Amino acid sequence: MSKTLKPVDVVLVGFGWTGAIMGQQLCDAGLEVLALERGPWRDTPSDFATGFAQDELRYMWRHHLFQNLTYETLTIRNKVSEDALPMRRLGSFLLGTGVGSGGVHWNAQIWRFLPTDFLTKSHNEKRYGKRAVTAGDLTVQDWGITYEELEPYYNQFDLLCGTSGKAGNLQGKIQSGGNPFEGPRSMEYPTPPLKQTYGPTLFGEAAARLGRHPFPHPTGNLSRAYTNPLGAQLGACTYCGFCEKFGCGNYSKASPQTTVLPYLLRKQNFTLKTECQVLKVELTPDKKRATGVTYVNSAGEEFFQPAEIVILSAYVLHNVRLLLLSGIGVPYDPDTGDGVVGKNYAYQTMSSVNVFFDDKIINPFIGAGAHATVIDDFNGDNFDHGGLGFIGGAYIAGMITGGRPIEMIYTPQGTPNWGLQWKHAAAKNYLRSFNFSIHGSSMSTRGNYLSLDPTYRDVHGNPMLRMTFDFSENDLKMSDYLTDRASEVARAMNPREIKANRRSRPWNVTPYQTTHNTGGAIMGVSPKDSVVNKYLQVWDVPNVFSMGAGAFPQNAGYNPTATVAALAYHSAHEMLSRYLKQPGPLVQA
Amino acid sequence: MTDERESSDALDRTGVDLHRRRLLLVGAAGIASTAAAAIAVHDGELGGPAETIRGEMPWAPGSADSPPGASGSDYKYFKPAELAFIEAAVDRLIPDDEVGPGAVQAGVPFFLDRQLDGPYGRGDHFYLGGPWPKGTPQQGYQSRFTPAQLYRAAIEAIDKYVASEFGGSSFAKLQPEDRDTVLRGLESDRIALGGGVEAKMFFDMLLQNTKEGYFSDPIYGGNKDMGAWKMIGFPGAHYDYLEWVERHGERVPYPPVSFKGRPGWREVKK
Repeated sequence: MSKTLKPVDVVLVGFGWTGAIMGQQLCDAGLEVLALERGPWRDTPSDFATGFAQDELRYMWRHHLFQNLTYETLTIRNKVSEDALPMRRLGSFLLGTGVGSGGVHWNAQIWRFLPTDFLTKSHNEKRYGKRAVTAGDLTVQDWGITYEELEPYYNQFDLLCGTSGKAGNLQGKIQSGGNPFEGPRSMEYPTPPLKQTYGPTLFGEAAARLGRHPFPHPTGNLSRAYTNPLGAQLGACTYCGFCEKFGCGNYSKASPQTTVLPYLLRKQNFTLKTECQVLKVELTPDKKRATGVTYVNSAGEEFFQPAEIVILSAYVLHNVRLLLLSGIGVPYDPDTGDGVVGKNYAYQTMSSVNVFFDDKIINPFIGAGAHATVIDDFNGDNFDHGGLGFIGGAYIAGMITGGRPIEMIYTPQGTPNWGLQWKHAAAKNYLRSFNFSIHGSSMSTRGNYLSLDPTYRDVHGNPMLRMTFDFSENDLKMSDYLTDRASEVARAMNPREIKANRRSRPWNVTPYQTTHNTGGAIMGVSPKDSVVNKYLQVWDVPNVFSMGAGAFPQNAGYNPTATVAALAYHSAHEMLSRYLKQPGPLVQA
Repeated sequence: MTDERESSDALDRTGVDLHRRRLLLVGAAGIASTAAAAIAVHDGELGGPAETIRGEMPWAPGSADSPPGASGSDYKYFKPAELAFIEAAVDRLIPDDEVGPGAVQAGVPFFLDRQLDGPYGRGDHFYLGGPWPKGTPQQGYQSRFTPAQLYRAAIEAIDKYVASEFGGSSFAKLQPEDRDTVLRGLESDRIALGGGVEAKMFFDMLLQNTKEGYFSDPIYGGNKDMGAWKMIGFPGAHYDYLEWVERHGERVPYPPVSFKGRPGWREVKK
């Protein structure tokens, strides 16, 4: 029997980026906000100080900051005809937990999606015909929101993080040095781009010789000291090369800890409870209104927390599972195509190219999470897809996030994985090689979806989430085409040799790919084909809001976080300006 | 019923003093040291104390989550026959020569012993619940074994295989070429082992753990004298490369450094 606690205005389920953003926005408006986080408290001086932050074994390979699967994991399979089995060890994606969550150990690669990315169905159908958006069981949709609507909120996130970069399109005027393909920005980046080491510089020179349009990767690894609108101060990145999968000891990487928490935690109307896992959103008998959430703490004590507004601000996979466990919305059925919750799960289609030199010292250990020179010539619909047989694209980045030797030693084609030959190749090539990342879109299909598992249960006795996923024909064609374009740049650098690491089917859970899981609680213009409206408000239960990349109807060829944050700010704005005055649906179904 | 005080055990971080007291209490209650208490706070997904944080950023003295490292020199997990297998195997995975140290010379067997004796060996961060049907290759690790159990079962199964195929010998006594043949057989899953051990699953774990011991910070017991880092040119736990960012093509001259510093920095004897 759970104890009932004193009601609050807003309960946040999960306390990473979207929890921190929503908490700050709603507390500033005077609401009583409670955040429930299943993991522990974490902060720079105690948890990832510079004295011990650069520890590849502990953080990357022993998963020190990541979700511990012992109590809860998900089950996985490539297709409906297979039995899903538990992901027993993190691999393909590295789930966060704890305060700040993935916002602590992300790379801080800050991208805006293209204006056409928000119109995946209508734009591509108009330009390439109906087959382009339906062939191979594609189920892509428009987002129900435009780039123009989101632009002010992308700015808000840039100002929070102090994003370092160079605008390529300011109010419609193309700027030299930036990304000429991006949507119009109303302001320049808050801080200038990171300086580039040798590898990314060579990449940019070679790309330019081929007529491409290289520019420095926009990033929340700051190029110089910055004070954000909340008064939080960040320092200049030192290129230590321990960013992705690690916490930054130097206050140089934008995270909830470095940008929001010092401000938010001092607000008298904000409370954070850690080690508290929400099990269910409780509904009124007619299922039209949430009354609060039930959670259990690490001592096993159960509570009911009443709230006027419930915000799901956990990771994609947890938000979707909570919707399913709470009986909110109709679960998606891949056979009939009916239902919406769990529909259009998508990922990211990653491939890479390694380049090896004899005569050039690259020093790969000098790196940062988004230290790269990039071309965006073949992303989204920045190029003519006529006759190519796919939609979507990727950015290609000559990127050095670090030279951590357990993970990041590149050896030439044909080198064995062990023995003297491997050792000699490692010794010869480590300083003289680096990697291009080809960061491809992931189009949703009928058979890729999220549901509850019929067999496996978590430590609380609830069904685990089940993921059914494989790469689509569309995305593999895209990835092959993009890997060829990247190989052209690689060869133009005149290296001794290159190695293209192509993406193939079936999706494998073991090797790390990326933690960009999307969909399952998608946004749209109608409750018939989406879970939330453009304000991330659940159609069926209007006092529940579902944040995060679960709202993406399919994934674009960019890192998702800035779009996740912009959607949250957009949602908060509407909550404060309209919802609070008159609680109820913000869009009429 | 409304009850604002959710738990007698919940830690209220409104006051730092209370937090400090809690840490001491945890220590006194039987978890031997303050270091153990700190782990309970930091890596506390599994049963760290629930806390209510309000009014300020929490911080407490002595709570830094410094790395666990490895201590001692005796073997804690491997039995003598297992150690002989491990030395014979990792010596082939990363052999010694003039280019750089081999895995044995780098202390990888000791690293593996400490890893298997610790949280990793016990399956920390693994989900090991049932049922355990055989999965597809894409579904990854599908064993009931913890890593420590898998090593034990696999070494026994491989020695049994070697005894039957190589006239009663054990893996450790085979010539290097024959050891390579067996290792390749495991890597490609051509060798069928009994006892619930899948050959490739074990080989992949052994190779990964060997490279971890070879290239991780020496505080974990491998990478002796930072020999593996010297071999490739990795400077180790450096924190600031700003002055080298635009010095394209130059060798960074710093010798590698560990969390414990480097030879030439005098160790203070306690």
